[in-house]
Amino acid sequence: MKAIKGKAYVLGNDIDTDQIIPANHLVYDLDDPNERKLYGKFALSGVPEAAAGLPDGYLPFIKEGENTSEYTVIIGGNNFGCGSSREHAPVALSMAGVQAVVAVSYARIFYRNSIDGGFIIPFESENLTDQIQTGNEVEIKNGELINHTSGKVYRLKDLGEVAGIISAGGIFQYAREKGMIS
Amino acid sequence: MTITEKILAGHAGRKNVIPGENIWIDVDLLMTHDVCGPGTIGIFKKHFGEKAGVWDSEKIVLIPDHYIFTEDQHAKRNLDILRRFAAEQELPHFYDAGTDRYRGVCHVTLAEEGFTLPGTVMFGTDSHTCTAGAFGLFSTGIGNTDAAFIMGTGKLWIKVPETMRFLFEDTLPDYIMAKDIILQVIGDIGVDGATYRTMEFSGEGIMNLNVEERMTLCNMVIEAGAKNGMIEPDQLTIDFLKERTDAKFEIVQNDGSEKYHSVKTYQSKNLVPVVAKPYLPDNVAPARDLKDIQLDQCYIGSCTGGKLTDFKAAARILKGETVKVKTMIVPATTLVDKALDTESYEGKSLRLIFEEAGAHIGPPSCGACLGGPCDTFGRLNNDEVCISTTNRNFPGRMGSKDSQTYLASPYTVAASALTGRITDPRNYLA
Repeated sequence: MKAIKGKAYVLGNDIDTDQIIPANHLVYDLDDPNERKLYGKFALSGVPEAAAGLPDGYLPFIKEGENTSEYTVIIGGNNFGCGSSREHAPVALSMAGVQAVVAVSYARIFYRNSIDGGFIIPFESENLTDQIQTGNEVEIKNGELINHTSGKVYRLKDLGEVAGIISAGGIFQYAREKGMIS
Repeated sequence: MTITEKILAGHAGRKNVIPGENIWIDVDLLMTHDVCGPGTIGIFKKHFGEKAGVWDSEKIVLIPDHYIFTEDQHAKRNLDILRRFAAEQELPHFYDAGTDRYRGVCHVTLAEEGFTLPGTVMFGTDSHTCTAGAFGLFSTGIGNTDAAFIMGTGKLWIKVPETMRFLFEDTLPDYIMAKDIILQVIGDIGVDGATYRTMEFSGEGIMNLNVEERMTLCNMVIEAGAKNGMIEPDQLTIDFLKERTDAKFEIVQNDGSEKYHSVKTYQSKNLVPVVAKPYLPDNVAPARDLKDIQLDQCYIGSCTGGKLTDFKAAARILKGETVKVKTMIVPATTLVDKALDTESYEGKSLRLIFEEAGAHIGPPSCGACLGGPCDTFGRLNNDEVCISTTNRNFPGRMGSKDSQTYLASPYTVAASALTGRITDPRNYLA
C-alpha cells in the first residue's frame, strides 16, 4: 500500500454523517464531475465550529471559495461516521482530498462504504485525538502513523480481511480479480 | 444459532455460520430511494454497462420519500433519474412521487406493501432499513456501491454479527411506548454499544407490542451502531403480512441452540418516559427531569415516529386541548395520512383532533427528520429547540447547526406540545 502523507485534521468522538455532509447537500449528481466537486466543498461543513480542527477548533476544513482541503488525514475518536448510510460521506471526504481516516472505531456502514467504494482508507488505532494536533505533518506507511511534527510513531491496527478489497480498490475491482463478475 | 445466523447461513448455502466470519449471501430484496438511488444507478451503469439489466426486476423496490415536497431543482432532477431507470428496466415496484402510486417513507411502505417477509434478506440504501427486523428478517442499510453491486449480482459480502439479546419481562406500563424502550436501551449501552452486532428484542413486554411499535424499536438499533434488529416472528407478524401479500415465507425461530454475545434483562414496569437530549441518541434522561426545557417546536413524524400508532397516541393526549408551541404532524405515508380521517379517538377523527388542537399537518414524506432542502415542512432553519419523535438529534440534523433536537415518544412530544416545555406524559394519561 502506498504511503499517505500530509496534514492532519483532528476531530472528536461520534462524528456523524450529518456533520460530514449535511443532508441539504445530498442532491448533487455524483456522476457529474463538476457537481461532484460540491461534495468536497461542503465536506465536514456540519461540524460545530468549536469542534472543527482540534484542539483549538474554529479551523475550517475547507477554506472559503475552495473545493478541496489542505488536510489529507482525518484523526477521529470513537464511532466515526455514525448515522446515515449516505455514501456521499466518504465521497465528500475523498473529493476534499482526504486519503485516510485514523479513528478508534467506526460505524459499520461508513466503514463499509469507505472500503467497498475505494474512497478512503479507514484505519483503526488507539485514541490519537489528544496526541496529534490539527496541522501536524503526518505520514501513514507500513502499518504505522508517523507524526513528523512531534516525531512520535503510532502502530495502526491490521486491516484484516478487508485489506484485499482495499488493495484491489473497491468491491467491484475485488470481485473482478476473484472472477465473481466479468 | 440465533435467528440472524440461521437466516444468513441459509442465504450463504451453508449449514452453519459463526459470528465474525465474512460470507457472501444471496439477497431477496433491494430497496433504494431518491437520495441514494441516483448514485446507485450511476455506479451500476458504470460497472455493468449502460444497457445492462438488473439481476431481478421483481426484487428491486424504488420508493422516493426524502425530498419530495420541495422546489429544489436538484432534488426534482433526482426523481427524474429514478423515473428513467424504472422505465428502462421495467421495474414493477416503483412508488413514484406525484402519482397515485406515491406512498412516502420507504421503511413504512415496505411493511404496508408486504415486502418485509420473515426469514428473508433485505438491503436498502438507508440506514433505517433495519426497521424490517421487526418481522424476523435480516435487513440492514448499505451505501450506493454495495447497492449497485447487488443490483447487478444479487449478492453481497457481510460479516456475520454476534447477537445481543434484550429481554423485557412482564407487561409494559400504559404510558411506555417503543420509543421509550429503545431510547432507554441506547442510553444504557451507548451510541456504539452494539456496533457490528444484532440487537434482538424479546420477552412479554416486546411480544405484546403491535407490529408498528416493533418497527419503532428495530428502526433505532442503528442508533446504537447495530447491524440489524431482530424480533422473533409470531402470529401478529403472520396476520399483518397475510393481509398485505400472497407471497410465501418461512418463519425462522429460536430453538434453544442460540448463543448470545450478551443478554440484558429489563423489568418492564420500571421503565419511565425518557428523552434523548442533543446531540446524541444516547444522551438520555427521564422526561420529568427536563421540565425546564422551553420548546419552539414539536414534531411528530418519520419512519420511526409517523405511523398510525404514533398519531393515535398523540391524539389521546391532544384531544380537546390546544397546543402552546408550533406542532408539526407529518404522516409517514399516504396510507397513514388517509387513516387520519378514518381512525378516530373518542368519536373524533385524528385529523380533526390535530386541527382543533392547532397542529399543522404536512404531506407524507421523510419531512424535516433530516433537515433536507430549506423549504422542507417543519425544518428548523434557526436556533430553534424542538422535541421530536424522529430518530436522530445530531448537530444540525433537523436543519440549522444552531438548532437543538430532543427525541421522545409521541406521548411525550404531544404532552410537551400542550405546555411548551418538555413534559412527562403521565401528567396527561390518567
